[in-house]
Amino acid sequence: MLSTLFFYLFAFTCIASAFMVIAAKNPVHAVLFLILAFFNAAGLFVLLGAEFIAMILVVVYVGAVMVLFLFVVMMLDVDFAELRAGFLKFLPVGATVGIVLLLELLLVLGAWITAPGMVARVPTPPAEDISNTAALGNLLYTRYVYLFQGAGLILLVAMIGSIVLTLHHKQGVRRQSIAAQVGRTREMGVEVVKVESGRGLS
Amino acid sequence: MTVGLSHYLTVAAILFTLGIFGIFLNRKNVIVILMSVELMLLAVNINLVAFSAFHGDLAGQVFALIVLTVAAAEAAIGLAIVVVYFRNRGTIDVADIDLLKG
Repeated sequence: MLSTLFFYLFAFTCIASAFMVIAAKNPVHAVLFLILAFFNAAGLFVLLGAEFIAMILVVVYVGAVMVLFLFVVMMLDVDFAELRAGFLKFLPVGATVGIVLLLELLLVLGAWITAPGMVARVPTPPAEDISNTAALGNLLYTRYVYLFQGAGLILLVAMIGSIVLTLHHKQGVRRQSIAAQVGRTREMGVEVVKVESGRGLS
Repeated sequence: MTVGLSHYLTVAAILFTLGIFGIFLNRKNVIVILMSVELMLLAVNINLVAFSAFHGDLAGQVFALIVLTVAAAEAAIGLAIVVVYFRNRGTIDVADIDLLKG
């Protein structure tokens, strides 16, 4: 079946590129592999019938957040080779924790029993008369409208926060002061001097 | 051979473990740590959407949207902090971030 084939294609590419994210020597390559992982996760979401989340993942996540990552990685002039110095030193403890965690997660999954009839054998097909996006919008703007507003508030706080963090005024730069310009009077700009003829100004 | 819920959960579990592994492996590079956190949030999203699809309940996808929002905000703030830190200290080594002597 084609969807099974595509599931394994997306899953293996996603996991392989996620591994390359943490193993890549060059952080630019790591960001590019992360983009690949997100694209394949979007493919998995499409297979599950969650088209809106998949498109949001590609447009917002790959288009904005990952490009921001790429921008920062390229902007910072960091010696990345030096940052990888302790790579092998942390390998044993990292591998131990990772393997233990993976085993635990898989054990939980193996012992997972859901009430019969609760989980469909295949993903629930979207309703015939309404698309996934419309159904999500119906839910998001009615029942979860406060959650939606809260998400907007979080984004606003993040935007203001990052601007406040990175904005810095350079000293010694002459800036335009509109209030001083508008408040200027004739007396401040022009001085009338009475000059005696033949003497000049001392 | 049909792809069931447990297939998607396994993929998400492996992704999450890779994220944890990345944090342990790249202890010095803040940017790779941030990327590992992004991987873990992606794994959480896969779990949410998979449960949502197999249970026929759209609430999971709404929650995945909220998780995406928080992840984007976290990335923006985290990268801003990295940029400011690099401007002040000239390095992004995590081991050097000890000004508070914690």
